[in-house]
Amino acid sequence: MNQLLGFVKKEFTHIFRDPRTMVILFGIPIIQLMLFGYVITTEIKDARIAILDHSNDNVTREITEKLLSSGYFKLDANLRSETEIEPLFRKGDIKQVVVFERDFAQRLEREGVVSMQVLADASDPNTAQMLYNYTNGIVQDYIRKKFSSITIPLQIKSEVRMLYNENMVGAFMYVPGTMALILMLISAMMTSITIAREKEMGTMEILLVSPLKAKHIVFGKVAPYLLLSIIDASVVVLLGNLVFGVPIRGSIVVLAFLVILYITMALSLGILISTVADSQQVAMFISGFALMLPTILLSGFIYPIENMPVPLQVLSNLMPPRWFIDALKQVMLKGNGLEYIWPNVLILSGMTLVFLLLSIKKFKLRLQ
Amino acid sequence: MIKVDKIEKHYGPVQALKGISLDVKEGELFGLIGPDGAGKTTLMRILVTLLFPDKGVATLDGLDVVTEFRKIRRMVGYMPGRFSLYQDLTVEENLNFFATVFGGTVKDNYHLVKDIYGQIEPFRNRPAGKLSGGMKQKLALSCALIHAPKVLILDEPTTGVDAVSRKEFWEMLNNLKRMGITILVSTPYMDEARLCDRVALFQNGEILSIDTPEGITTSFKGRLLGVKVTHTAQRFDCVNQLRSMPGAGSVFSFGDSIHVTCRDEGMTAQSIMSYLAGKGIAGIVAEPVAAGIEDVFMALMQQ
Amino acid sequence: MSTEIKNSQPIIEVRDLVKKFGSFVADDRLTFDVYPGEIFGFLGANGAGKTTAIRMICGLLEPTSGKLKVAGFDGYHEREKIKRNIGYMSQKFSLYEDMTIYENIRLYAGIYGIPRKVRLERTDEMLQKLQLTEHRNSLVGGLPLGWKQKLSFSLALLHDPKIVFLDEPSGGVDPLTRRTFWDLIYEAAHKGVTIFVTTHYMDEAEYCDRVAIMSEGKIVALDTPQRLKEVYEADSMDGVFLKIARNKE
Repeated sequence: MNQLLGFVKKEFTHIFRDPRTMVILFGIPIIQLMLFGYVITTEIKDARIAILDHSNDNVTREITEKLLSSGYFKLDANLRSETEIEPLFRKGDIKQVVVFERDFAQRLEREGVVSMQVLADASDPNTAQMLYNYTNGIVQDYIRKKFSSITIPLQIKSEVRMLYNENMVGAFMYVPGTMALILMLISAMMTSITIAREKEMGTMEILLVSPLKAKHIVFGKVAPYLLLSIIDASVVVLLGNLVFGVPIRGSIVVLAFLVILYITMALSLGILISTVADSQQVAMFISGFALMLPTILLSGFIYPIENMPVPLQVLSNLMPPRWFIDALKQVMLKGNGLEYIWPNVLILSGMTLVFLLLSIKKFKLRLQ
Repeated sequence: MIKVDKIEKHYGPVQALKGISLDVKEGELFGLIGPDGAGKTTLMRILVTLLFPDKGVATLDGLDVVTEFRKIRRMVGYMPGRFSLYQDLTVEENLNFFATVFGGTVKDNYHLVKDIYGQIEPFRNRPAGKLSGGMKQKLALSCALIHAPKVLILDEPTTGVDAVSRKEFWEMLNNLKRMGITILVSTPYMDEARLCDRVALFQNGEILSIDTPEGITTSFKGRLLGVKVTHTAQRFDCVNQLRSMPGAGSVFSFGDSIHVTCRDEGMTAQSIMSYLAGKGIAGIVAEPVAAGIEDVFMALMQQ
Repeated sequence: MSTEIKNSQPIIEVRDLVKKFGSFVADDRLTFDVYPGEIFGFLGANGAGKTTAIRMICGLLEPTSGKLKVAGFDGYHEREKIKRNIGYMSQKFSLYEDMTIYENIRLYAGIYGIPRKVRLERTDEMLQKLQLTEHRNSLVGGLPLGWKQKLSFSLALLHDPKIVFLDEPSGGVDPLTRRTFWDLIYEAAHKGVTIFVTTHYMDEAEYCDRVAIMSEGKIVALDTPQRLKEVYEADSMDGVFLKIARNKE
């Protein structure tokens, strides 16, 4: 027991004495959260749009009114004909044009179906998608409220995402993603690097020759990072809540359980990486390319999984962060409990088990 | 104390050890002498249970290095080739850590390291990475000793360290030997062989010879003549002339003289001096010299 | 050292050379000359200031104060020119292990801007001398240590430098290889290349024309091995070195 405590203490000394590690542990999470929350946010304010209203009845005027009063859009011009659209886009003044067809209100009442064309500047596809979503959301909302008795399908399909994030606030999407990323960074990357460092410096040789067992070495390496990761996760949740107003609707206990499960998964992955990496450089490379990029690209963190090509969608199933982010959103934003997220928990537990078994099998008490 | 019986080890197609056998007695200071890549490190790693041998048996204090590795790990002190210390931990923290890893405290065995650690104790709050080569070496030795091992295995502890620190280090080893610790040490510096009780000369995974340093030097079969050069500019000429002298075997510089092995009886100190004088190199003194470890090593290598 | 050498102009001129890192004085008023074709040994414990001194002389570090002239160039303002006129070989050989012998040669030649024709000539000549011609397309990583060492030394000489710096060039090789390596050094010196060498092998100190011994940032002894042994009443350079260390304490 003393051996283990001595080991953990040594590990903490390494961490606290290395300014770079400290920055990664405590600086980067905060910076990343702020970056994703503020700078890279896709939240839209006062996007300039134009309206081409062929109908000009009470419904179209009300919809226009709703759009402009939402705060997302600002009217640039009222157009008279289609020919005016293109030059306006070319000038780059506007991001989107909304076109109402003739007899809009009449058709809506008579046929229940009416089309509204949304033209967006797709040179910035993310913003275009977002603007379209906003517009669509506002229109749907208007119709639902105004004609609550009957369902009128407007011919614009709705995005599922909007249902639980009515305000479409960017930070809501990014806090769970950032959390997945940061925990992966700290747990998997830092543990794999710190173990690889012992190999590189030759100290691993002495540890192996000592009476320490494999589990001592592994636990001694992992324990400090487990603790620090929990602290980091709390910081992210707290900052998300206080600064960006991201709600925590579900139970804190479930949230904590989920986070610890994910950290354990990442730590076992880190150990697994360190069993194949002989130098810090290799460890960094593997965790960087094999973990960070998929976490960012394939987990649904930035690009919605539904929009990916099918092969990538299949691949994304193998990404642990995908299940974590999904479960996290459910708990934080929807307030769902274990009864909803149990498949995710099961999958994450399974992955953890596999990584752990593989690591134990590969972690050798000898060289070679 | 250490028994090695026909140990073989391959790394892929490379045969690192080609059936090595040796015995180290209890309380002996035994040297493995040879250049890099001779197989010294591989043998040591097998003995400290870090590697499995492909063939052969090795035991430490009767314990098998393969099956009883846990027991061996408790009784052996090991210093790998690189100074394996935590550079960011202080001198004191390093020593404490290695004591705890073996389930003890520094206090338990302080008497063992007192002489060595005492020299670096004034710097106990300095990070190990900021120590000089000689001090790192002392700290690494203290760390390897702090759990009172019966056997010390030191892989090239003096490589890259200056002559003074090296001398001090060997003095420390002799003190430890007097305390009854068996020491197996490797070195590429041939002149350090004479500081060991017995040595094994290593080359290409084989042992060329095992004996006391005196035994090794007296085993030199040929006749050796030393040519003393008074200034260095002469050396290049002398070496070149001697190499073309009939009857001369190998001609190489050794410190301030040139050692010439004699191929035939007619070659004497006198004949060398007159040969060189005839080539216009005057004022040279040649005399028979006793072979050193390096002479023997080179002779054995060329066989 | 022969009188002929001493009468020529020094190729390295060091006067009161000082290098400070903050308040730490790494080199304290070093003064010495090295002459063309000389083998100059530079000894001292780790941390005695050898490496800093060599870095200054090689043009890698700017001195804090003092005079430094290397191959006729100023150690403050003409460091790039100094670099072009020296060769450098370190313990680690600085060869690319994943490239063949030939590719390594071509790379070095490229770095120093040696014209293609000259390069091809010298490559052949060099491979022949090292008896590596048939191995020209072997990867350097798989070569025995002794070969790497010779190749590395020959590369340091490829651009005809006036001075070659050897930083512990012979660590870890067998005694035979070590000696054949010194044969190469002698040959180069004989052709007029100045050799500046550091080593931990005390017998190698005997092979130098003159030896400087550094301790705590200062040069504490500088003379021929012969004279040093007389002055310190020692029978080998090892003895000289130990006596100097003891005097210090």
